[in-house]
Amino acid sequence: MIRVVLPTHLRNLAHVDGEATLDVHGPVTQRSVFDALESSYPMLRGTIRDHATKKRRPFVRFYAGGEDLSHEPPDALLPDDVASGTEPLLVVGAMSGG
Amino acid sequence: MGGVRVLVGTRKGAFVLTSDGKRESWDVEGPHFGGWEIYHLKGSPADDERIYASQSTSWFGQLIQRSDDGGRTWTPVGNEFTYDGTPGTHMWYDGTPHPWEFARVWHLEPSLTDPDTVYAGVEDAALFRSIDGGQSWHELPGLREHGSAGSWQPGAGGLCLHTIVVDPTRPDRIFVAISAAGVFRTDDSGKTWQPMNRGLRSEGLPDPDVEVGHCVHRIALHPSRPDVLFMQKHWDVMRSDDAGESWNEVSGNLPSDFGFVVDVHAHEPDTIYVVPIKSDSEHYPPDGRLRVYRSKTGGNDWEALTDGLPQKDCYLNVLRDAMAVDALDPCGVYFGTSGGQVYASADAGDSWAPIVRDLPAVLSIEVQTLP
Repeated sequence: MIRVVLPTHLRNLAHVDGEATLDVHGPVTQRSVFDALESSYPMLRGTIRDHATKKRRPFVRFYAGGEDLSHEPPDALLPDDVASGTEPLLVVGAMSGG
Repeated sequence: MGGVRVLVGTRKGAFVLTSDGKRESWDVEGPHFGGWEIYHLKGSPADDERIYASQSTSWFGQLIQRSDDGGRTWTPVGNEFTYDGTPGTHMWYDGTPHPWEFARVWHLEPSLTDPDTVYAGVEDAALFRSIDGGQSWHELPGLREHGSAGSWQPGAGGLCLHTIVVDPTRPDRIFVAISAAGVFRTDDSGKTWQPMNRGLRSEGLPDPDVEVGHCVHRIALHPSRPDVLFMQKHWDVMRSDDAGESWNEVSGNLPSDFGFVVDVHAHEPDTIYVVPIKSDSEHYPPDGRLRVYRSKTGGNDWEALTDGLPQKDCYLNVLRDAMAVDALDPCGVYFGTSGGQVYASADAGDSWAPIVRDLPAVLSIEVQTLP
């Protein structure tokens, strides 16, 4: 079971209390996790990744285990602790106001 | 006696204000979508309960929300706005070609007859349509494929298609306005478009009379007389009597002819409203006095409406989509400010009172007149 922590606005949009939990088949990568997330919560499509290119939106970051994974390739394996469900993958809105 | 529902889009959420036909006491609901920019929300003329909302932030992009119960509950619908084909380029601020990039939906215009059909005006400028209640969106690419599009340049707010007006007597005829390109009209439901800017004069341009390149802020018409259009341009209030083929200035005795909004009285096609703003760099009313100006002659002769509006130390703005009228008698007029006030007049502008005073900055106002 993969655990994903969403920022407040996306939790509200998806009606998720606490963490989202996902079944991911095959290698656990950014792509496979967000494919599973968007399949379970279609309203999140386009809010984390671009619809067409699947690139991370500029003001969204991905963290896990104290590391910034935002610039990792989308098909790179996520850390073992994320794949095992020990650690959540954090989706973070960049710290900026307005 | 009917009632009214005022739909308010703000920098930090949407609000729904409701009252009975007297329009004296108001219920305020919201914020819906707190923390998100709501550029616009608008109800279907064919179904009072159907409302569409444009919700966005720079963090999480664009969403479209739909309500089927008059704004009490909302459901996210389709949010994929993909330009048709290879989008090409428009002109960037520095004069270089710049690829078309979707930024946000500025304006949603529901069909006059079908609740499931709605148009979306977007930045970078293009017109999209949904015929399935907002679930899917398809561009009407003929506009962006107009021969002038490579020369369109963004205004300070971006290259935005911000105004969509459908002719109620000829549904194939649609007017749009783009900052900073101008007015375009289609007579074949969006397949082909023609610029409608003859008579506009913009001193900031190398050729002030150029066919395309004007910063039109807003256009409006009365449904009983759809060939008469009114325009608030960057500078100048304009009028067309031939469905946009030509324009004449009707700024008359306004204290400033800069502004954003223009709207038409629900029952008097020659009664129009603007809110003069001092200048393009001073986005506040002249002399610190918030005045709506009304012309009962379709322009040129204007009277200041001040009863109930602040007449000193007032330095706020009223943005292009932030004025609307209801269809009651007397006609109600509403506008929202960058200071978060929503002012209402239940007597066609003679007197005003705030419905609310402390909302986030208001981006848009629409009104539904309820049975």
